[in-house]
Amino acid sequence: MKINIFITLFLLVSFYGFSQDCNDILTGQVMDYHNKTPLENASIQIIGNPKIVKTDSKGKFQIPNLCPGVYELEISHPECTTTFIEVEVDKIAWIDIKLEHHLEELEEVKVVGDAIAEKTTSALEESLRLKTLEQYSSGSLGDALKELSGVSSLNTGANIVKPAIHGLNGSRVLILNDGVRMQDMEWGDEHAPNIDINATGSISVIKGASALLYGGDAIGGVIVMEQARIPAKDTLYGKSIVNGVLNGRGGNITTELIKAFESGWYLRGQGSYKRLGDHEAPDYILSNTGVQEIGASLQLGKQLFTWGWDAKYSYYNSEIAVLRASHIGNVDDLIRGINNGQPEIIRPFTYDIQNPRQEVTHHLGKLKFYKRFEGLGKWNVQYDYQNNRRFEFDVRRGERDNQASIDLELTTHTFSTDFKLDAKESYELQFGILGRFQDNFANPETDVRRLIPDYEKYDFGAFVTGEYRVTDGILVDAGLRYDFNRIDAKKFYQTSRWEERGYDQEFQDLIIDDLGTQLLTNPIFDYHNFSTTIGAQYTGDNSSVTRVNYALSQRAPNPSELFSDGLHHSAARIELGDLRIKSETSHKISASYQKDLNNWGFTLEPYANFIKDFILLEPTDAEFTNRGAFPLWEYRQTDARLLGVDAAAYINWSNTWMTDHQFSFVKGTDTETDIALINIPAANLRNKLTFTKPEWNDFEFSLESQYVFEQNEHPEDIMVFSPIQQQEVLLKINTPPGAYHLLGVSSKMEFPFKNNLKLTTGLTVSNLLDTNYRDYLNRQRLFADDLGRNIILQLKFNY
Amino acid sequence: MKTIKFLSIFALLGVAFVSCSDDDENPDPVNEEETITTMTATLVPQGGGTTVTLQSQDLDGDGPNPPMVSVSGDLSENTVYNGTVVLLNETETPAEIINEEIEGEAAEHQFFFVPNSSLNATVTYADDESDYVSDETGENFTTTNPVGIVFTLTTTDASTGTLAITLRHEPKKPNDGTLADAGGETDITQAFNLIIQ
Repeated sequence: MKINIFITLFLLVSFYGFSQDCNDILTGQVMDYHNKTPLENASIQIIGNPKIVKTDSKGKFQIPNLCPGVYELEISHPECTTTFIEVEVDKIAWIDIKLEHHLEELEEVKVVGDAIAEKTTSALEESLRLKTLEQYSSGSLGDALKELSGVSSLNTGANIVKPAIHGLNGSRVLILNDGVRMQDMEWGDEHAPNIDINATGSISVIKGASALLYGGDAIGGVIVMEQARIPAKDTLYGKSIVNGVLNGRGGNITTELIKAFESGWYLRGQGSYKRLGDHEAPDYILSNTGVQEIGASLQLGKQLFTWGWDAKYSYYNSEIAVLRASHIGNVDDLIRGINNGQPEIIRPFTYDIQNPRQEVTHHLGKLKFYKRFEGLGKWNVQYDYQNNRRFEFDVRRGERDNQASIDLELTTHTFSTDFKLDAKESYELQFGILGRFQDNFANPETDVRRLIPDYEKYDFGAFVTGEYRVTDGILVDAGLRYDFNRIDAKKFYQTSRWEERGYDQEFQDLIIDDLGTQLLTNPIFDYHNFSTTIGAQYTGDNSSVTRVNYALSQRAPNPSELFSDGLHHSAARIELGDLRIKSETSHKISASYQKDLNNWGFTLEPYANFIKDFILLEPTDAEFTNRGAFPLWEYRQTDARLLGVDAAAYINWSNTWMTDHQFSFVKGTDTETDIALINIPAANLRNKLTFTKPEWNDFEFSLESQYVFEQNEHPEDIMVFSPIQQQEVLLKINTPPGAYHLLGVSSKMEFPFKNNLKLTTGLTVSNLLDTNYRDYLNRQRLFADDLGRNIILQLKFNY
Repeated sequence: MKTIKFLSIFALLGVAFVSCSDDDENPDPVNEEETITTMTATLVPQGGGTTVTLQSQDLDGDGPNPPMVSVSGDLSENTVYNGTVVLLNETETPAEIINEEIEGEAAEHQFFFVPNSSLNATVTYADDESDYVSDETGENFTTTNPVGIVFTLTTTDASTGTLAITLRHEPKKPNDGTLADAGGETDITQAFNLIIQ
């Protein structure tokens, strides 16, 4: 933007004729650094001289009447970084000037212009802008992502929000945090992404596995979180956001400061702190639902025209209390919990985070280097390190309350490099390789048998993706990826379990030590996976875009699916993995039609995902122990089909009034048994009315209605024997709650001050009518109502 | 190109680190200390007679095998029995007596004895929290809610039915003596088939 203003300013200054008898001429051509496309409309100015010349359609320019000597030129273009070069003029001089006119630079411009560069050509993709992210500053990543159609979440209470794309979550959704694939034990239902939402500038969601650059196993999709670009100029800026949150009686504060230099150096620091006490449902306190979250990151680098590097460290820590009433002892406790209608334990409000609770810490370090090769493309190389430590504390007997029941440490090293050939106008090719080593350590000091064993994992991946412009309107993309995964685990099995699973028939050779009641085994499994994608984008005229995409992706089973074994105390269920599980394969076909007319527009996105050997976890039976019966949740593989559609529309009724409409629907079926899949989001409809009046300090007000239908397709409830009732009873573990309707309002105003200082105030009210409701995809729906009314007051300072 | 050097050194360090962390040591097994494998209720008739023991034993803890439930014999009509409950963790050698932990946290635990309607028997508590020494303070509890490690079972006419014994952790205390009112989490529960004759 600044550049534009700068140019305009200088255009207003009339041309001066150069004086005297100097009649040397400087001629030259300005072109794109990568593909040598001539750049029209670039401005060339001799420093110290107000005169500006512009390039013609061939990128050429001429500055006549120069005296011999050395001049410094400033070359600028609306879509490029301004550069300075020195040139010696003697008689007639010719100079080739190369500007970086490219996607990533375009991105900068587009971000300013309220759009984010797309990651794929033909896949379904949607983005969240900084403005929206800031609105969710006191929430979580998963909360913010639900703004996008087709994105839902699997919750454990209000604090643990796991994003789901087109009905799939966990290991099927990759999260790229500033170029680093998060390795934060995403395999657990109650494990939320270890990410501070305040540390990101924009988020793109690719609904499918089409972005092969990031991984081949994104059967659900990819969430790409990126930083806002830092300008290459001498500047110091930052922002702080403070949120006061009524429901939870706390808030958060986040601050970011960026120092950039014209030389390309930059330094960015960011930190946030969040603290909330017990949340409240409309009728009662949700005891033990507080949270504390700390996030910080430091980034340093140099970005230049031809090369650059970036070093980053980020820290994330969260301590999350888990609803006390959701911690139960056995199936009778569960039946009681379900039948009670309200949580069994309701205590006065407190900020204390008591057991059951989780504490997770994530360290992420990244080093990245890039270099551009003239007329060829860009080479990236990156190393990243991640350390994820997870503690889960249960309500335990004796003096074990401060002894974690789950204590896992996951360390990951990743090295990746890729090359993007983008010099040619008509096509673009990118290829790369990746190597990853991961080590999981399950601490035996918990005195609880390990739910996930010690393991080492090796990954290797190679990909090639390409994009070809057939005509002006048609763009075709395709890609291929191969992934190798090896998992090498050391796991103890109870002898009784080993035999009950039938492993003694198939896997007896894995045993390396027999301890009598326990067996130490060493499973080593290799997986070879292929993924491929092909698609096309057709831009009919300026108003419509059609996309069609097919993606084949394969995902190796995660450690939980293979090795889970034992009683998950906090969930009161026995979870059993299966050593026999193999990779699942998804075929997804998606299409999208987008049309933008004068005052309205819409997008329609149907998709079909056929998954062979789909891995799922569902309640199958109950097992008896001395503590009573426990629901048995087993992983199994089947063939599945997901059919869905996302639709969105907007209407600009006038300059001040507009409405947004969104509808998402997905149907999941186990095609082997013709029974509905578990945990598939219910259809939902969102309508939003927005009033904006820029003259009133950028005043904005919106009213949003969200209607979530009842999920009427779900697996059957199971029958279990209740020791207390001494009979078989129906365990309504799969019965979904009813439909619900929520209203919310939000408004904001901006107050600019001197020196680029700006204050933005925002007020958001969610669940305006304090409606009692439960959501099918909240694992605590069995025990308690969801959140009641919440009011968030936000102050944002930009400086 | 200092940067490249710097980066390559770092990358090499990373690789070196990866190679070093590879160890072939086997992990230590975990023997769960909290597991209650065995619950034994001993019923000694006042004034002499045959002692009856009720036992539920599940040696693989949370493993797939169900508990083995046994009753040593029949109860006599119109008899008062002095009962005690002993909890063991037999996955350890020697077996760990869990009673000590329950006693130390007596205020957070309570046994519930529920005869079904066809069994002509009633159970009363014969202990309270103040009989036990708190782990926290090192002194006897000052509260006097029932715990149930010691109890009295009184039979009347001949009948058959079940007696369910349940230990709850963090129940509501005091409560009205029913499981429903007490809430909390079940540490152990078992129903025994009894005959009174």
